[in-house]
Formats: sequence, C-alpha cells, structure tokens
Amino acid sequence: MFLWIVQRDLLLAVRRRSDVLTTLFFFIIVVSLFPLSVGPEMNMLRMMAPGIVWVAALLASMLSLGRLFANDYLDGTLEQMLLSPQSLSVLVLGKALAHWLATGVPLVMMAPVLGIQYDLPTDALFVLTLSLLLGTPVLSLIGAIGAALTLGLRGGGVLVSLLVLPLYIPVLIFGAGAVEAIMAGIDYDAHLSLLGAFLLVSVVFAPWAAAASLRVSME
Amino acid sequence: MLQGTNLACVRGDRKLFESISFTLEAGGLMLVNGPNGSGKTSLLRILCGLSSPAMGKIIWNGIAIGSLGSEYYLDLTYIGHLSGTKDDLTALENLRISSALCGTKITDMQARDALENMGMGGREFLPAKILSQGQRRRVALARLLVCRTKLWVLDEPLAALDVSAVKLIQKLLEQHLKLGGMIVMTTHQKIDVTAASTVQLQLA
Repeated sequence: MFLWIVQRDLLLAVRRRSDVLTTLFFFIIVVSLFPLSVGPEMNMLRMMAPGIVWVAALLASMLSLGRLFANDYLDGTLEQMLLSPQSLSVLVLGKALAHWLATGVPLVMMAPVLGIQYDLPTDALFVLTLSLLLGTPVLSLIGAIGAALTLGLRGGGVLVSLLVLPLYIPVLIFGAGAVEAIMAGIDYDAHLSLLGAFLLVSVVFAPWAAAASLRVSME
Repeated sequence: MLQGTNLACVRGDRKLFESISFTLEAGGLMLVNGPNGSGKTSLLRILCGLSSPAMGKIIWNGIAIGSLGSEYYLDLTYIGHLSGTKDDLTALENLRISSALCGTKITDMQARDALENMGMGGREFLPAKILSQGQRRRVALARLLVCRTKLWVLDEPLAALDVSAVKLIQKLLEQHLKLGGMIVMTTHQKIDVTAASTVQLQLA
C-alpha cells in the first residue's frame, strides 16, 4: 500500500512535470541571482553560500507544499484514503516520501553544481549536499502537517507558511551551520547529527500529526 | 448488520436532521430520499465515519464504528459524488490504484475485464481528463465489480449515467444484494432493484 502511494504520486509528478520543474527552477534562479547581484567578491560569496542555498531550498520546498494534498482533496481521492483499511499515517508517510523524491532530491542534486558559483571548496560542497540530503526530507514531513491543517481553507498558502516556517528554522540553522563549520575548519558532525535526529523524530511523529490534521480538515 | 441509532447532524447553527434510526440486515437496501440540501450526503459521510454525528452512533455487527477503526473499512466501499479519478492517470491506472487504496489489489487483467464490463472497453488507456462525466463515473463505479466488501455506500451513483449504464448498475446492485451484501444509496432517479428488504429513509 505504501509503495502504491509512492508509485502513484511519482507517476502523477511525471505526468505533471511542470509542477516539479517550477520548484527546481525557482531554486536554481534564486541561488544563481545572488552571485550576479552582489558581485565577484570571493570571500563574501563563500561566506553567504550556505545560508543562501539553504534559504532557497526552504522556500522552494514551501512553494510546492500547497499541492501535497490539495489535488487529492479536490477530486475525492483523499476521502478514499481516509476510508482505506491501511492506516492513514502510512499513506501520509508515502505521500511525504513521494513529495521529497519529486521536489527534494532534484534540489539536493543541483546543490553542488550551484555551490560552484560561490567558489565553495570541494569538502564544503560535499557537506552542503549531505546536509540538504538529511534536511530536505524533514521539510517535506513538517510541511505535510501544515498542508494537512490548512486543507480547504481560503488563503491556505499564506497560513501554511506561517505555520511551518517556525518549525523549519532549526533545520535551516543546523543545515547552514554544518557548511559554515567545515569552512571555519571546525567539526561539523554535531550539526549533521542534529539534522539526522530531526529527520528521525519527524519520520515518527509528522505522519501521525498530519493524519490527525487530515481527519479534522475533512470533517 | 448496520444500525444507526438516534442520529442527528448539525451544520453551523442549522439542524439538518435528528432522531434518525434504522437497521439494515444482510441483503438489505436502504434508499435515502430527500430534497437537495436535506443532509443526504452528510448522512452517508456519517455512515462511513468521515464525519461524526452531533448525536447518536453507527453500529456495525454490534460494535460502534468509532471503536472498530480500520476493521470497518475492510467491509466498506464508499463512492461519493466526487469520483476520485485522477485527470492525469488513465482509466486503467485509476481503477487499479483506487482498488489498491481500498485494500483490494487487482491485476491488470482483472482491471481490464472490469472496465470492459462497464462498457469502457477500448478506452482503458485514455487519460481521465479527456473522458466525459459519464465515462468517469463508469470508471469510478467499476470499482464495485472488483471489490469484495460487504457494505456499499453510494452517493448518487446514477448521476450522469446513460440508460444502458443505469441498467448495468442496477444489475450489479441486485447481484450484490443476492450475495448477502448491503447497500445504502441516495438517488433522485427511480430505480428498480429487488432486495430481500428495502428500507426507505426520508429526510425532511
């Protein structure tokens, strides 16, 4: 059942490539505009890089949150999911995984290429990618709670940002922190460990919270 | 056996219905009648556990559905007026995925047979977005052919269907009742289905 949902959502993402590409292009454009606008001062670019890449990834992830449940809600599939003998949390986990595979993974893969624009050394690029790899699934999982809570509301897009942004901030701090740490020559393990911990906690709790919110939203 | 005891539904400060009670035995058909806005869909959603009643409870085989949880959903198929078909998927994919969601995994062959029987032969590979309303409805209802659930809750299953499809569905419903299944449905059309027992529920 879990695999069915992942497969279905990925199939839908492939059929609606434009949605996925919008997120990716947004990320690429935001990250690429900064070096052009602040000028070729290498030291400054290196210093700004982790923060900019992470903020762009965060905004790009938020951009696609609205669609996570909205389409299923509009065409009645969500009702069927609520009536499925399979636990709703597992279905939500499947949807969050598909969301990450469709929007998060392309960002992670683009990050090292975009990092070159900021003259990041190789080891920093590696840590940047690793931190995004650990952090972006957390964004999808936490975002699922926000998307479920604001389902069917007018102006849900603004509300979802207000709801999930405070929860995104720790991920942002430790994600960007890991890259800054390696560039300052200090140990970055602690940052990555914390990101890993966020990931584990959100894998366990976010689907459950999102499922409960969905039930409330669908009443 | 499906029972409802003393059900009431409130939307905002408006009372849609109250003190509705019924008992549906195996092989029984319940027709929910009433004008637009009288709470038919709300009642069906309450029956499925999608929303909770303001008062009263639903009992399935002696146990309240609130405490049954997913066990109840193994016996239930609900088709609402949103058909749950995805525009970007083909008819075949839609049927296979929606059945899998409801707990019945079906093979490609089974899905094709079901669509063929619903008069959708040759259109299995068309994306749902280019199908007509009636054809989408047929795809959604094809699920009834492959599911093995006991209780069917159908909200306006005959809407948008042509004469031949209506006949087909009536035959399908009759067959299900003969095998000891139960059906709760709303419709504004006259239907001709023989059942072991028929309950008419009138909402004001």
